Amino acid sequence: MGFAYDFDWGVLWRQPYGLWLLQGLWLTIKIGFLGWIIAFFWGICIGTLRVTPWRWLRFFSSAYTEIFRNIPFLVQLFFWYYAGPMLFGETFGRQINQIMGLNIYVAVIALGLYTASRVAEHMRAGFASISPDQYQAVLSTGMTQYQMYRYVIIPYALRIITPPLTTEFLTIFKNSSVAMTIGVAELTFMSYRIDAETFHGLEATTGAMAIYLVLGLTVVRVMSIIENKFKIPGMVGR
Amino acid sequence: MIEIKNVSKRFGEFKVLSDINETVERGQTMVICGPSGSGKSTLLRCVNGLEPYQEGEIIVDGVSLSDPKTNLYKLRENIGMVFQRFELYPHMTVMQNISLAPMKVRKWSKEKAQKKAAELLERVGIPEKAQSYPANLSGGQQQRVAIARSLAMEPNYMMFDEPTSALDPEMIKEVLDVMINLAKEGMTMLCVTHEMGFAREVADEIIFMDFGRIVERGTYEEFFNNPKSERAREFLKQIL
Amino acid sequence: MFDAVASNITFLLGGFGVTLQLSFFALAGGIALGALVGLGRISKNKWIYRPITLYVNFIRNLPLLLVIFWFYFVMPIIAGRPLNPFLSAVIAFIIFEATYFGEIFRAGYQSISKDLSAAAYSTGMTYTQTARYILVPIAFRRMLPSLITQSIVTFQDTSLAFVIGLQEFVRRTSIVDNMEVRSIQLYGFVAIVFFIFCFIGSKISRHFEEKGRKTGLL
Repeated sequence: MGFAYDFDWGVLWRQPYGLWLLQGLWLTIKIGFLGWIIAFFWGICIGTLRVTPWRWLRFFSSAYTEIFRNIPFLVQLFFWYYAGPMLFGETFGRQINQIMGLNIYVAVIALGLYTASRVAEHMRAGFASISPDQYQAVLSTGMTQYQMYRYVIIPYALRIITPPLTTEFLTIFKNSSVAMTIGVAELTFMSYRIDAETFHGLEATTGAMAIYLVLGLTVVRVMSIIENKFKIPGMVGR
Repeated sequence: MIEIKNVSKRFGEFKVLSDINETVERGQTMVICGPSGSGKSTLLRCVNGLEPYQEGEIIVDGVSLSDPKTNLYKLRENIGMVFQRFELYPHMTVMQNISLAPMKVRKWSKEKAQKKAAELLERVGIPEKAQSYPANLSGGQQQRVAIARSLAMEPNYMMFDEPTSALDPEMIKEVLDVMINLAKEGMTMLCVTHEMGFAREVADEIIFMDFGRIVERGTYEEFFNNPKSERAREFLKQIL
Repeated sequence: MFDAVASNITFLLGGFGVTLQLSFFALAGGIALGALVGLGRISKNKWIYRPITLYVNFIRNLPLLLVIFWFYFVMPIIAGRPLNPFLSAVIAFIIFEATYFGEIFRAGYQSISKDLSAAAYSTGMTYTQTARYILVPIAFRRMLPSLITQSIVTFQDTSLAFVIGLQEFVRRTSIVDNMEVRSIQLYGFVAIVFFIFCFIGSKISRHFEEKGRKTGLL
């Protein structure tokens, strides 16, 4: 074997590399959370628009979903980051590009917009799984469509789709890694950076893998506690 | 000859079969009946090695299933089994269903396997359905194809697990007719069924099982006209 | 309006060709391995079930980007010499996507009644024969809509091979963008091309879903 590789697992502990990984992790968590907040609320909006009586809103909702799901997230991110500012015209666009930390803001927004389309799809599935009889039962108590959705259907659907939403929450942390392509110093970026400095990319990425694993398991554990609180009694479990 | 000696099987804590003893000679037709959950299906599946057993021994033509050296695949080539829900391969035509095993297991050529399949389809009465898919067949036709599929391997033994229970009444006869002919031609058969007309016609012996045990055995006349146990009496009352 | 695209069209489409190639190998390998992974996930043999389950659960916590990097670093070490990034990317994709395809196949296998396998065994077929002629073909047909949907995801995921310098569609677009700085057209173009392919793909998937529903899903 000609390509001898000198393993150096200590690179993970040695400063500043170990610290870089943790800083990356922190940014991953922040981006994930903020992106999720956007995705969750905006996604519920889009999902709800799909069932409104106005054709244009319904069309907007399904168009939004189709567009955001059929384009790779990386392409979306690049579009917003490189082409986005230009959409505001020459002068304003240039100003936007001067903003410090623009890449993080764009990453969070892009992640939010993308994940919202997935949340909207889950909402659609949730609405569909509620039997038509249930809708009619609520309406027959005299509530309007709006009241029905607001007080009964939406909360009900949200609880039904809690498990897939948990999966989406986990996915958003994984997708945050794509932000490294626009220079966001999250966890994956940091492992690559360590390789750039030390040429020990294998150890660095393996370390990052372990950290993602811990992150994932923690999220799953926390979400299952939340799931249990929100579970509808009597419904078939996951 | 199939010998079942002191066979017991547990499923966790639950004893599915308790101390089963029975012998089936070549050419015999044995009917097994009893309430659901009595272990009838499980017994069949132990005979062809689909299910393991913990105690006792099952010996088929001198080969013991308990022997770790026994090749269960070879054993199953020789014991055909027909299931309650037919279980035809939905993605294959009738012809493919029947000829698959002879081609892959016995390594027959396609021509030989298809010729055999055509003969068997003739024998069970539906030669025109060779190129049809199972979804386009009635239940009775599907079950007859299933019988043909098992016969294609030219087994010495055939087992039937409630072959007519999933059929609409009009179709039960066509399947039973095939089974009766098979029995009269000398096939050794183990049948789990409640079709007493069938039993009367061809059964050499009837076994009544309950809670994993053989509660009663005898010829059709003995069992039917003079059941010795209370359980058997109740059972007969229910199915008639 | 799309002049920057037009003047660089051969270069860009060359990148799309690489994207298609990468997708082809990733899908062929991912689906094949996925069929096996699915079998492993329903195996009663704990020596098979446990490692495969570990592998699936491990990978599903990781970002694809990181897995791509990891293979990019590890493959040259295993091979003992520097490697073409395309090969590392293909391996990374196959290993990664097989877990997702594996879960789809698993659902397919679980929808097949136990007695159907028993019927196959009763004609003397071995496990391998039963899996090959019965389980895999039936599961594949039943899960075709989901398999197509996941294939679309894989097709989109190939864009991430960008990071190891692979000259695929997105990377070539960014190269052109660096020169021409016509970001709206260029990235808009990429987006539109992907959209068209994936949209058609999802329509095909829905077609099979409808068809399956009508013919009783095999």
